Amino acid sequence: MLLREVEYARPATIEEAIALLSGYDGARALAGGQTLVNVMKARAAAPDVLVDLADLDELRRIGFSADQSALELGAMVTSTQIGASSEVEVARPVLAEVVSTIADVQVRNRGTIGGNICVNDPTNHLPPLLVALNATMTIRSVAGERIVAAEEFLIGVYTTAVEEGELLTKVSVPTRRPGSGDAMDGVTLGAHGTYLVSAAASVSPGGVRIAIGCVSAAPVRATAMEQRLASGDFSEASVRAAAEGLGASLDPPSDVHASADYRRHLAEVSAVRAVLRAAQRAKG
Amino acid sequence: MTVSTTPATSRAISVEINGDTVEREVPASRLLVHFLRDDLDLTGTHVGCDTGSCGACTVLVDGLAVKSCSILAVQADGASVRTVEGLASDDGELTALQQSFKDCHALQCGYCTPGMLMSATALLERNPHPSEADVKLALQGNICRCTGYWNIIEAVVAVGQGGAA
Ligand SMILES: Cc1cc2nc3c(=O)[nH]c(=O)nc-3n(C[C@H](O)[C@H](O)[C@H](O)COP(=O)(O)OP(=O)(O)OC[C@H]3O[C@@H](n4cnc5c(N)ncnc54)[C@H](O)[C@@H]3O)c2cc1C
Ligand code: FES
Ligand code: FES
Repeated sequence: MLLREVEYARPATIEEAIALLSGYDGARALAGGQTLVNVMKARAAAPDVLVDLADLDELRRIGFSADQSALELGAMVTSTQIGASSEVEVARPVLAEVVSTIADVQVRNRGTIGGNICVNDPTNHLPPLLVALNATMTIRSVAGERIVAAEEFLIGVYTTAVEEGELLTKVSVPTRRPGSGDAMDGVTLGAHGTYLVSAAASVSPGGVRIAIGCVSAAPVRATAMEQRLASGDFSEASVRAAAEGLGASLDPPSDVHASADYRRHLAEVSAVRAVLRAAQRAKG
Repeated sequence: MTVSTTPATSRAISVEINGDTVEREVPASRLLVHFLRDDLDLTGTHVGCDTGSCGACTVLVDGLAVKSCSILAVQADGASVRTVEGLASDDGELTALQQSFKDCHALQCGYCTPGMLMSATALLERNPHPSEADVKLALQGNICRCTGYWNIIEAVVAVGQGGAA
């Protein structure tokens, strides 16, 4: 399909990228292009200027914060890179496990963590996972840098805390502590397909964080379930009891694949499975 | 700001394609698959869905399988691209994978074949002796409308085992 005429620039530094994003009307960052190029074909997005982040090596880096408390993933790190990273394997292996089930090899070779969360499609894998892991996002603009928690970052479909003229540069995920464990579960359309409902859980000595995907425009925290599990009883009976009423508290969409009621049911099932597996992993 | 970072509706790109360096001015809106097929007449790369779902347009960019309908030609500036035309040698000798596709009847209409070959080529470069499960995972992004999946999987596994049984 032919695309509408568009301008293109490939800055060599983050400062140049930000200058372009803030200096031109209708400018938009281009990461892997896996979503953006396809929505441009459908004319669902019509940027005037594409600012290609490909040459910003700093955004392709995986490393640790100065005090080693957080795993840092540059916005242009691809799913394939995360899946093969020894840093991720040590610090937060669930990330590699989950990205390796996104779509297919070709999409994982191009698709980036930054693109995945900036699109914030409700069916995407990373938004609920990063909420459960209590990740933070670093956003830069001409004015400087600000850090936003995943829950505040993910606002709605294609809507995030990144404002016009700003660039997401980094995702920071707390490194795994002894006695903690993470898992993601859900029901997909076919193996490695799109999620109908997803649930991510992170169990640690401090408590449990649970985020549900595909039930709203952004991931939803299962706060009542989290509170009921604060006692630290992760037996199957306790986790099942804690999930009761979760479905009824949600207002998910209905579509050809699943009714709203079925999604409510799947939310409870997925949350139970994710929490049980996370708790199992926390035991080591 | 330097000239290269001033937005423009076209860009002079330099791409290594099947070993040859190609330099062209391309519109920023040109998809890589159209650059290959329409500008360079490399029509082996096919367009199936044009939405990033079928894998018929798969090529290798710096050794990685990529859907050429889902990236712009300008995004490939500076990269090395390999298409299905780059598999057989100039005198027509097939690669072991292509020969195995022939031996195993791994193509019916042939529409998906260029994409299948490129995804499988990338797999075999990483993992020369893939299991059936490895092949299924590597070809997940490639759809065969003739649904001849078993023969395709057999053909790729056979390469790692030294040829078709
Ligand atoms: C066939 C197919 C199936 C898929 N299935 C799944 C799935 O099941 N689960 C899943 O999680 N994902 C899925 N994806 C999405 C994929 O994993 C990518 O995350 C997604 O396509 C976007 O990543 P990208 O790097 O290509 O971003 P792009 O398409 O380049 O960009 C997407 C958007 O994010 C903005 N953006 C990107 N980076 C930044 C930044 N650093 N700062 C500010 N804005 C930025 C862009 O401006 C654009 O608006 C699928 C994609 C395809 C094509
Ligand atoms: S034509 Fe590119 S994925 Fe179908
Ligand atoms: S052989 Fe016909 S589409 Fe695969």
